[in-house]
Amino acid sequence: MTSASAPGDRDNNDGGDGTAPHRPDTGDQLHKAASEHATDATDAMASRLAANARSDGAHSAPDAGAADTRTPDSTAPRAVPDDEEIFAEAAAGGPMGPVPPQPKRSSGASGPSESEISGSAVRLGDRIFKGLAAGAGGLLLVVMAAIAVFLIWKAWPAIKPGGENVGNLFTTQAWRPQSDPPMFGIAALLFGTVVSSVIAMLVGVPIAIGIALFISHYAPRRVATVLGAIVDLLAAVPSLVFGMWGLYFLVPKTQGFQSWLNQYFGWTYLFGYPDATQASDFGQSLLIAGIVLAVMILPVVSAVCREVFLQTPRETIDAAWALGATKWETIRTAVLPFGRAGMISAAMLGLGRALGETIAVALVLSSGFAISWHLLEPGGDTFASTIALKFGEASSSPLGIPALIAAGLFLFVITLIVNSIARAVIAKKKDFVA
Amino acid sequence: MAKRIDVDDLNVYYGDFLAVEGASIKIAPLTVTAFIGPSGCGKSTFLRTLNRMHEVIPGGRVTGKVMLDGEDLYGPGIDPVNVRRTVGMVFQKANPFPTMSIYDNVIAGYKIAGSRKGKKELDDIVERSLRGANLWEEVKNRLGKPGAGLSGGQQQRLCIARAIAVEPEVLLMDEPCSALDPISTLAIEDLISELKTRYTIVIVTHNMQQAARVSDRTAFFNLAGVGQPGKLIEYDETSKIFSNPSQKATEDYISGRFG
Repeated sequence: MTSASAPGDRDNNDGGDGTAPHRPDTGDQLHKAASEHATDATDAMASRLAANARSDGAHSAPDAGAADTRTPDSTAPRAVPDDEEIFAEAAAGGPMGPVPPQPKRSSGASGPSESEISGSAVRLGDRIFKGLAAGAGGLLLVVMAAIAVFLIWKAWPAIKPGGENVGNLFTTQAWRPQSDPPMFGIAALLFGTVVSSVIAMLVGVPIAIGIALFISHYAPRRVATVLGAIVDLLAAVPSLVFGMWGLYFLVPKTQGFQSWLNQYFGWTYLFGYPDATQASDFGQSLLIAGIVLAVMILPVVSAVCREVFLQTPRETIDAAWALGATKWETIRTAVLPFGRAGMISAAMLGLGRALGETIAVALVLSSGFAISWHLLEPGGDTFASTIALKFGEASSSPLGIPALIAAGLFLFVITLIVNSIARAVIAKKKDFVA
Repeated sequence: MAKRIDVDDLNVYYGDFLAVEGASIKIAPLTVTAFIGPSGCGKSTFLRTLNRMHEVIPGGRVTGKVMLDGEDLYGPGIDPVNVRRTVGMVFQKANPFPTMSIYDNVIAGYKIAGSRKGKKELDDIVERSLRGANLWEEVKNRLGKPGAGLSGGQQQRLCIARAIAVEPEVLLMDEPCSALDPISTLAIEDLISELKTRYTIVIVTHNMQQAARVSDRTAFFNLAGVGQPGKLIEYDETSKIFSNPSQKATEDYISGRFG
């Protein structure tokens, strides 16, 4: 066992015999070097000292005031002995003896620089950057507040209690701000917005997650790259194009499918459309609007999910493999739970887009201000599509514009609520998210 | 219970790159075998071939045989998933599932396998495994807390508990102590000596004192140069490897004269 302890012995040599005699050596060398460079060192020291002595009285008060934790009492006594020590060292080591304060040199030193390590903890660059970052954050709040104030202010004639609106703002299923007396309510708009967005989420998010999983964990690298690029490209397609595709392709091509849904799943009520007599009665329904929206949110949701899934730590995936997980079990155990918060965020991004989507929905839906849970029935409207469609005629009546801005206000509020809920969901299991 | 491993002329590849060449080794049941050698010599790669973890890396493949009690792990009709359930693994970096509690981490193997064990049975498994990993006393009052909230040494013992919870035949450890402080290292080493009574253990380590302390037999891996495949240079009783190795390269390495 002689060489069994060899590495240990080596360590002992280094630790015991090696360093002990070396220590005095280095100390001597230091002293030697110090005396060799005595002039420069003491010179610099003295000048700092001078600055210190001069600024001590002047600066300790504002410093103490600026510092968060230190009190004036604690700074003053601390500074003095430190200075004396430095002074003593400088005096002993330097051939020139104690150097009197040199106002010239000290004024050349930048700011209140004192000893080697004293100085302001905040650099100019730090301040500027902090200011910019805080300003950007603050600006966001200001903009949000400004939008909210603008919406409430401009919508006030339409939403104020006891206004000219003879309908109930929240329950009336009509939009006639130009008639006399004006009558409008957001009920149908709220319904259409929420239902079409929910359909978009139900259809779009699972597909988007599937795409993201395929790209991040299943596809060969080359396929993944191409597919990822195509998905990103989808995000660049203007919403007008989606709207036209929905209206001129999806609506006519899905009439048979909608008719089939009605025939076999009409009993669910949601897919029922009792008034329909032939396939061509189907078409511009909330279901189709939801499907168009689903396609539109695919790219953003899958792009975010893909990035999240790719960030799953290699070790976590290995852990699942090593426990005898299959590919799917690995994804279920390691990848999906890890990406949970990211998936919710991605879905919320998609929902935000679906809620606010304007022109595609305006094109696909045939406007109608009634709430119907028959999702296949043509009709329905969303906040955004109504604002777009009614804008032309709005200025002809005093309440037209305020009513539309009120619709915008409600859209704004809904988006805020949805996002808050999502944040609450994410925060609930925060401990467990790495 | 514990099984023996016989590796016969194994070549390990990453794509076209030959990482380990012609390794043959016989590992007896209920022993601790240490793999030592310089970084990049292929000892971790070789370890990962023993439970087919090597092939989860794209391009990872082997030629040759790895026999577990006479059954070729790479033979036809072998499910790598079942291999990994039989041959457990603990990694260099403690890797509890970040989204799971301590309790769920321990039973993760059962959850993955879709087991329908009752609450009582799972409770027993959790307690037995955590006791087996010398962690029970430290965590028994916070089993619902995240596993990632434990200290590094505790996390590594949690990973060991997770690995032994599914009652493997063999336990592979890839530098399990390299990120731990000496106290935690000692705890793991003590644990290895206990686990030895039930499992066949193969451990990769850079710490030669550790190899000397915990292992019965030691295998030294080395490579001729950058880009060259790693090779198994010498495999013998640990006491012999550290006192009277038959190969010059082994002696150079363990005495610190190596590169």
